[in-house]
Amino acid sequence: MTLDLRIPMGLMFTLVGIILVAFGLATNGNAELYARSLGINANLWWGLVLLIFGMTMFLMGRRGQKKLADLPPPEPSATEVRRGH
Amino acid sequence: MLLYFVFVLGIGFALKRYMKTSKDFFQAGRALPAWICGLAFISANLGAQEVIGMGASGAKYGLETAHFYGIGAIPAMIFVGIFMMPFYYGSKARSVPEFLRLRFDEKTRALNACSFAVMTVFSSGISMYAMARLIQTLHVFDGLFHAMGRPPEDIFTFSIVLSAIIVLGYIFLGGLTSAIYNEVLQFFLIIAGFLPLVLLGLRNVGGWTGLKATLPVAYMHQWKGVMHSSTNPMGIEIFGLAMGLGFVLGSGYWCTDFLVIQTAMASKDMDSARKVPLIAAVPKMLFPFLVILPGLLAIALPTPHTVETVTKNADGSIIHNIQVVSPQVEQGKGIVPAKINPVTGQPMFTASGQPLLDYDMATPNMLLHYFPTGILGLGLTALLASFMSGMAGNVTAFNTVFTYDLYQSYIHKGASDRHYLAVGRWATVGGILFSIGTAYAVVSFNNIMDTLQLVFSVVNAPLFATFLLGMFWKRATGHGAFTGLIAGTGVALLHHGLTLPFEDRPGIHGGWIAVLHHYPSEMAQNFWGAIFAFSANFLVTVVVSLCTKPRPESELVGLVHSLTPKPPHHHLEWWQRPETLGIAVLIGAIALNIFFA
Repeated sequence: MTLDLRIPMGLMFTLVGIILVAFGLATNGNAELYARSLGINANLWWGLVLLIFGMTMFLMGRRGQKKLADLPPPEPSATEVRRGH
Repeated sequence: MLLYFVFVLGIGFALKRYMKTSKDFFQAGRALPAWICGLAFISANLGAQEVIGMGASGAKYGLETAHFYGIGAIPAMIFVGIFMMPFYYGSKARSVPEFLRLRFDEKTRALNACSFAVMTVFSSGISMYAMARLIQTLHVFDGLFHAMGRPPEDIFTFSIVLSAIIVLGYIFLGGLTSAIYNEVLQFFLIIAGFLPLVLLGLRNVGGWTGLKATLPVAYMHQWKGVMHSSTNPMGIEIFGLAMGLGFVLGSGYWCTDFLVIQTAMASKDMDSARKVPLIAAVPKMLFPFLVILPGLLAIALPTPHTVETVTKNADGSIIHNIQVVSPQVEQGKGIVPAKINPVTGQPMFTASGQPLLDYDMATPNMLLHYFPTGILGLGLTALLASFMSGMAGNVTAFNTVFTYDLYQSYIHKGASDRHYLAVGRWATVGGILFSIGTAYAVVSFNNIMDTLQLVFSVVNAPLFATFLLGMFWKRATGHGAFTGLIAGTGVALLHHGLTLPFEDRPGIHGGWIAVLHHYPSEMAQNFWGAIFAFSANFLVTVVVSLCTKPRPESELVGLVHSLTPKPPHHHLEWWQRPETLGIAVLIGAIALNIFFA
């Protein structure tokens, strides 16, 4: 399997994080909006958390794939054989 | 939200290239790493009944709901990983019914395949119905529909069709791999959506101690009053709980349901396959915080009432400020509203005159209560993701069982692999169409969780006896297993027809033959039904097996415990072995139970 799930997943969470942080920054100080989340800018903070999580996943996925590419091809050929029967 | 849909379908397209044989489509080529399968293993179960149902049960029964994890899931997951996975994975069976054919005979498999196919369609239909109703109540698409000039009644249909198309899209393209990848994605999305909710909610009521102060004592203790049925909110005593939930229902679900087993069978080798349920058990232990706490918090919050505040302006004018609260909210408890009779528009009451609470709204109302615009979108997406992951698991399980166990075995034997791949794709379409039909049929249940438990207690509970005897008793025969299964299912139905929970009237909740016995709650009824079904199956299987001719032992190697060589472990260090992981998980689960006793 050549598609490492961590890459699309990391990308998605990074994007969601960026959107939330941007929205959080734009609405920072809007007391009415954040009254329901107890005055905490939930968008900004949770956006940051997701951003960090997404980036970590993405970088880990990239590193894993690089490692796979550096490796001589025994791994892919092994899965190929198994797929045959 | 849109972004999520794009990614979901994108994964389907990216994986389409790899789907060349039916094995790729139905079994993910048996090449996935253990951690992905492990997360998909719990995510397949993390559907509607988990997120909404556990929140609902949390609000209804309190922290005792965590038994579904501590007793119902963890031990069963460890058991399936350590003891049962070698037979599933090692026998080269492609589905759970196929394993039954290898171990017993053709008719046992046909029975199981049929009942399983019906059940998956039923559960995915319930998922769909719940999602559509939720979208409708939360008014997510109201603005869009208003702009398009369509009546709001269309939202129900629109949501069902939309979710069906998305799930269909990614499964049709990428098969089980795509479903598993998306389940992992959904797993993280659900955490991302619900963790901030729990954090905000806990902060609001003053942390753990604050929550304890606002709720009755029994709500906050997992084990308190469990010795007798009248002293705990769920109305079930220790024997019914341990046997019914832990041994029969829990094991029946986690050990025999192809819905979850299929993810473990997709992993790349035997060691990974055995580790899958164990890896899954680790986050499973922590999930009560994520899904049960919102329900508890919803009950703990103050109930909104109609209030009238009078303020006088400086110029002497008087302003009446009236905050009107609808009767369904007023009759409710916390922010859990009362259930409204759709015909009369009045709150509904139980047989004892208490307002009937709409517990399924506990978790969604929490989302609306705490999340501001922005993160609210994330929360709602997480909710939708949970519905879809439940649906997707059911649909992939359905298409595999239909294609391998019904179509290939009875309808069209010996066709080319390409033909079966096409059949699998169309079975996906058919399964989803049937689910849509079910979604419109399911309306009259109070609690989704209880409904699903009822289905499981009729179909799944007797099944575990068959597998247990099949794997650990070499004398068990095909005739025995078949009659045992029939007897177990029959007893489960009979039990449901003869008993009734106190709070309900005869009908769909039981007692449709005659009421011989009253249970304190629906949960108690389900657990005991499962115990009876299991025992009936066990006894009938043993008796009939002893009367019929056993299969020669040489045919059973790899299928029965005593005739299978131990899997070799020399290549693994002691801390890498599945057994070590299993013991560690067990210790963790016990520690959590003691902590919340």
